[in-house]
Amino acid sequence: MSENVGIVIVSHSADVARGTALMVEQMVGREVPLGWCGGDPDGGLGTNVEAIIAAIDRAWSEKGVAILVDLGGAETNSEMAIEMLPEERRSRVVVCNAPVVEGAVMAATEAASGASLEVVQRTAEELTPV
Amino acid sequence: MRDAGMSKLRASVLMRHEVGLHARPSVKLTKLAKAFESKIDLGLSPDGPWVDAKSIVKVMATKAPKDSTIYFRAEGEDAKAALDALVMLVDGDFQDGP
Repeated sequence: MSENVGIVIVSHSADVARGTALMVEQMVGREVPLGWCGGDPDGGLGTNVEAIIAAIDRAWSEKGVAILVDLGGAETNSEMAIEMLPEERRSRVVVCNAPVVEGAVMAATEAASGASLEVVQRTAEELTPV
Repeated sequence: MRDAGMSKLRASVLMRHEVGLHARPSVKLTKLAKAFESKIDLGLSPDGPWVDAKSIVKVMATKAPKDSTIYFRAEGEDAKAALDALVMLVDGDFQDGP
């Protein structure tokens, strides 16, 4: 089991999600549990709740999971996915208000040091223009 | 015995990395800094302004170009080891260490 917060990337595009995950792996390393999902089952653009839940499972860490999303439905579906998690996991998953690619790299860098979920989220959100 | 609470150690190193302190070098530097307990600051001049070397967002935002001199100051029990390691990382062109 990882001692680091996990990172989940949710994009409308499977290519964006996969590419972002690759950037995290190559820039930060593999010590951060990582899950990603994107696109609909027919190969088009979209996000869906089941795929997000599966990505959270893959990235699961007892320290929690930070989700980075791109647009609209990615966020609402991620929130829905969190609501459908087992109760004991729900409070340990957050959606970060941050750009998906930059946020994922920043969050993973923070997570790699063993930081708490709260700190990981704050680091990703430091990027958000005010 | 050094008075650990008060003394701030300093070091500086010329950065020759082709693209400067951009994404990948910043991630490496921040990860290394976080491995130490000491408070570590980074600046582009000997007088600062200083940013927290453990903050990936702030380190990346310095956008230090190639041939900049990077200044570090550190305060804490492992300050000396931290500065040695950081200088070695920058001097070694951000190659992967052992």
